Amino acid sequence: MYTLGIDIGSSSSKAVILEDGQRTVAEAAVQVGTGTSGPSRVLEEVFAGTGLTRADMAFTVATGYGRFSIEGADKQISEITCHAKGIHHLIPDARTIIDIGGQDAKAIQLDSRGNISKFVMNDKCAAGTGRFLDVMSRVLEIPLDKMGEAHFRATEVAPVSSTCTVFAESEVISQLSKGLPRENIVAGVHQSVASKACALAYRVGVEPAVVMCGGVAQNPGVVDAMEKELGQSIIVAPHPQLTGALGAALLAYETWKKEHQA
Amino acid sequence: MRTVSEIVAQLRQVADDPKGSVARWQKETGGRAVGVMPVYCPEEIIHAAGCLPVGMWGAQKKQISKARTYLPPFACSVMQSVMELELEGAYDDLAAVVFSVPCDTLKCMSQKWHGKAPIITFTHPQNRKAAQSAANVFCREEYAILKAKLEDLLDVRISSAALKNSIAVYNANRQACRAFCDAAARHPELISPADRHAVIKARWFMEKSQHTALVQELNAALDAAPVVPFSGKKVILTGILAEPAEVLDIFAENGFAVVADDLAQESRNFRQDVPEDDDPLMALAKAWTALDGCSLAVDPDKPRGKMLVDEVKRTGADAVIVCMMKFCDPEEFDYPILLEEFEAAGVRNLFLEIDQETTSFEQARTRIQTFAEIL
Repeated sequence: MYTLGIDIGSSSSKAVILEDGQRTVAEAAVQVGTGTSGPSRVLEEVFAGTGLTRADMAFTVATGYGRFSIEGADKQISEITCHAKGIHHLIPDARTIIDIGGQDAKAIQLDSRGNISKFVMNDKCAAGTGRFLDVMSRVLEIPLDKMGEAHFRATEVAPVSSTCTVFAESEVISQLSKGLPRENIVAGVHQSVASKACALAYRVGVEPAVVMCGGVAQNPGVVDAMEKELGQSIIVAPHPQLTGALGAALLAYETWKKEHQA
Repeated sequence: MRTVSEIVAQLRQVADDPKGSVARWQKETGGRAVGVMPVYCPEEIIHAAGCLPVGMWGAQKKQISKARTYLPPFACSVMQSVMELELEGAYDDLAAVVFSVPCDTLKCMSQKWHGKAPIITFTHPQNRKAAQSAANVFCREEYAILKAKLEDLLDVRISSAALKNSIAVYNANRQACRAFCDAAARHPELISPADRHAVIKARWFMEKSQHTALVQELNAALDAAPVVPFSGKKVILTGILAEPAEVLDIFAENGFAVVADDLAQESRNFRQDVPEDDDPLMALAKAWTALDGCSLAVDPDKPRGKMLVDEVKRTGADAVIVCMMKFCDPEEFDYPILLEEFEAAGVRNLFLEIDQETTSFEQARTRIQTFAEIL
């Protein structure tokens, strides 16, 4: 029996197919999100080579910012619930989850059974999210996937004090014009993201194990800055961008099972 | 007997169209309308002058542009939209506007009024708990000055008998509204969160005895309806206000019923009556010093958290939703205290940012849906 989890975010689309709620049959991620070709492309990619179709899916759960736009989904569940489910499945000791996506950042506290005790989200500001890093990557002319490497070459952390993305962009441009090393500015950008995300984590209470997920967790520079800010180590979830889709597929399995047992 | 939905529809029409409602009242009575800025204006004085007090609570989903010239971007959205509306002339038909100034933003707003209507500013004493007798005397004097200014401006005399009558009219409205809140809590299948809000909000734009009559009719219709089991979750809202209405619709979509509120726009105005006193101005003053549980009214004991925990027990609510008015300092300062008290009492709670200006509700939808999933 197969279930499908689809996570349509603001800047990426992810999908996971599970067999019997255990084995991952296929997973895919496309780096464009809701309102784009991303949702249809990620579905094409996740089914490619599996010999399966949507008709073979016993239950489909959609999550993420675009969860209500997926045709044929049996249920929509919030991404916070799905990330919590996916992380608990992968790392049962996780008690604090920090999920930084394209335009949202969330901190989630789990109990020992994986239930969400508390959660907080960022406000509508893009600071401290993937969008902030996108903007800074463009200004610094360093590709997003090279920001992590640049971070570890920094000799010191250049201050990026503005909490607003627009003002922070001006601040970074000003630092570039002063001739500050770009690596140091990258470290400052990462520290800025970390301080915003950690502020959320402090609000739910930081208990180990702390796990990061979401697309931004793929940037080791941000993870390093977060560890320094929190003063403790962070586990990066395997395939951190896919934990929401995994959680959705797991919840699809549980829902299907519940309905068929009843 | 009219149905619940018919009466609610009438009240929703009032809440959705304040300008039209005030214009209808003026056409019917030939009377004048006086604007009241948030919060806790002793409206009874305006009512006793034969005028219609009209609440000025901004506008939902209004695009702000002109107000940016006069206000910093971090002024709360109610004040942003009030400023936009005053610059557009929306309040120019009012005979006067009464300002209370219990927060810094209101204090500054009262000093940069751009409408054509004359304004009257008064001060609520904030030593109301620490030195209650002195605060009562001070507040009574402020209300006497407000009354005298209104009399001069409107060219009317406000008698003690008229003021006592208006207090009785308002207390009757308060009682009807409290009964409605309890009836709505018993009938979430008939009164959605948005309906509840509209029924209460309508009191800002109607002569109070007319509002009372409609609410009493509604209460009778609700009392006559059979109580049916409710499978959703019951919540209490706390904060300044809970708008735009789309937020309330998201509550309904996720199976939430609002069984009580602690909102400055709603129950805080009617959860207690103006007390008996031979001197009606002193009675109104005592209502201010007796007010409990509002971030804008100083109280060193900070009873709001305990009041909410008690309300959770009384109503059997599953949770409290903190409707945090964006950039409202007094509310932001209260929040950590509330959070600590909720956690100590095991009260589940959700922080929801409220911005009247917003037209995008996806973040609110995610927060509310997640909260429904974990309760």
